[in-house]
Amino acid sequence: MTETTQTQGTIPVRNQWWDVWDQFKTHRGAVIGGAFLIFITLFVLVGPYLWQVDAQKLDIRNKDLRPFYIGLFADVKWSWSRPLGTDHLGRDIMANLIQGGQISMAVGWTAMILSLFLGTLIGVLAGFFKRLDGILMRFTDLVLSLPLLPILLVMMLLFRDPLRAAFGPETGIFILIVSGIGITSWMHTARIVRGDILAIKEREFVLAARSIGTPPRRMITRHLLPNVMSPIMVSATLGLASAIITESALSFLGLGFPSDFPTWGKILFDSVDRMASFPERVIWPGLCISLTVLSVNYIGDGLRDALDPRIRGL
Amino acid sequence: MLTYTIRRLILAVPTLLFIALVIFLLLELAPGDPMAEMPLTIPPEVKEKMREALGLGQPWYVRFYLWLYQFFVVEPQYWIDGLFGTNFADGAQRIISFQSRSPVFNTIAERIPQTLWVVGMSYVVGVLIALPIGIISAVRQYSWFDNFGTFVSMVGFSVPTFFTGVLLIVIFSVNLGWFPSIYDTTLKVDDWPSFVKQLKQMAMPVFVLALYNAAQISRFMRASMLDNLGQDYVRTARAKGMTEKVVVLKHVLRNSLIPVVTVIALGVPQVFGGAIITEQVFKVNGLGQLLIIAIHGNDVPMVLTLTFIFAVLIVVFNLIADILYGVLDPRIRYD
Repeated sequence: MTETTQTQGTIPVRNQWWDVWDQFKTHRGAVIGGAFLIFITLFVLVGPYLWQVDAQKLDIRNKDLRPFYIGLFADVKWSWSRPLGTDHLGRDIMANLIQGGQISMAVGWTAMILSLFLGTLIGVLAGFFKRLDGILMRFTDLVLSLPLLPILLVMMLLFRDPLRAAFGPETGIFILIVSGIGITSWMHTARIVRGDILAIKEREFVLAARSIGTPPRRMITRHLLPNVMSPIMVSATLGLASAIITESALSFLGLGFPSDFPTWGKILFDSVDRMASFPERVIWPGLCISLTVLSVNYIGDGLRDALDPRIRGL
Repeated sequence: MLTYTIRRLILAVPTLLFIALVIFLLLELAPGDPMAEMPLTIPPEVKEKMREALGLGQPWYVRFYLWLYQFFVVEPQYWIDGLFGTNFADGAQRIISFQSRSPVFNTIAERIPQTLWVVGMSYVVGVLIALPIGIISAVRQYSWFDNFGTFVSMVGFSVPTFFTGVLLIVIFSVNLGWFPSIYDTTLKVDDWPSFVKQLKQMAMPVFVLALYNAAQISRFMRASMLDNLGQDYVRTARAKGMTEKVVVLKHVLRNSLIPVVTVIALGVPQVFGGAIITEQVFKVNGLGQLLIIAIHGNDVPMVLTLTFIFAVLIVVFNLIADILYGVLDPRIRYD
């Protein structure tokens, strides 16, 4: 008996992330977005084991097959073994979407992490060390006033061949695209992190930590970084969305991966010429990009609400 | 305000110089050689002469200075000559494209009208759609209109313009045949049918870009309206017995427009950048397509000049946005 009264009297200790999760759950768009992101991630990761068709295999006999939903209602060439049809060289579109998705997602995540790392590093340095603040923020402003898409295109063109020679065609382009997107998208994170660090630095607990002689390095890792986690997470979602879009835009402009190496943007670009007769080849990769980005943006929206202590708990 | 403007203008000079330097050095690393396409039978000493003629012989800082001189002195001189029939330029060397061997600025001048028509029109349309949507969404917060508007704007900036464009082409030009999928630049507008034709070919690119711009601006408009609707002066206005229409459209709207106007100004250069993709989709031969062609063709002077023009646009519109903010909002004084 005594035990039960005790548990009723004290509030069980709860990690604050459970509160965040409770708030996040109330945002319907964010939950649907999260579910879709998990689905598409599983689609590209587990997909190759379930759908064991070689994406690169040329099958001229079965070229230009239409997807099943057209084949069922119209008199066209189609087959159940190629449910989404094949392209002009007989490559299976479903397998290409899976393989392309792996690369698009890999580029998106890596570029996002890189840009987050750069942004956080510069933001923390500028916010914490007064001497670096002026110069780092001027630098951020300068980079912000560069025309980023043209410069990214120029970078793709310039460094494609040297990197391809150094790391092989696929890895080279991967490194180039990821670092290109990374170093042209860190600025907003840096600004947000710097602003938050400046505000947190004036709080009492930082003063307390300083008074017991905490060195700057531990000050940043133990006291400041955990407190700027929420804006970083929100800009992570925005970064992932924009990285996926930028990669497909580069591929779409013909300056991304080589053509035997599909990404969603590349499949779309390759199919544009024949979209009048085969619209599905454009629509599927486009839908993959759009829905992924849409779901990531909704997750970001939900996270922003969930991580805001003023809204949480209402 | 004036001192602030002057200070910002002076500060813009080193910024632009730095940007020019970054772009120049980036292009300097280019492995592409404009002489690569020349026949191998040309003897090496002739080839060297040709390189000299293209201005590739000197070290990079000399060429950088020359390019700056041409961009800021020679080209404006030619421009003034063209306008007033004077002769300031006196046959000075202009910036010459590697590909077409004609002055870069002549090509740019040919391309600007298409870009301005399509891109400029889409921005205007986007703003005109976005403002009423933002206002209604804020006034009727959480209504079905607001939820629908939120969804549409989320879709608007999540779906990349190259996919919206392609989708529209599939639906409206391939299946329905309402609009042409390729923008015809040679079309002369001199009578009603050709005007209708021009409207038809502009409809899809303008719609794609307008949707993208409206998505972002309507969000800003809504947020800004919501901020202002909760202010004390709104309660005062209502307490004085003003109709809701006057309160919203006169008091709140004017104040909410201040940050939105700066956002609109800041968006202009980005629109030019984003137009690169849309122009590619609809085959509009504007500045964006010119840039892509120049990049693929290793045309260094063209890429350098175009990218720098984009940078100038960004810097200028940042400046305009900051100054507008100070002019429109008397609470903000930079001095």
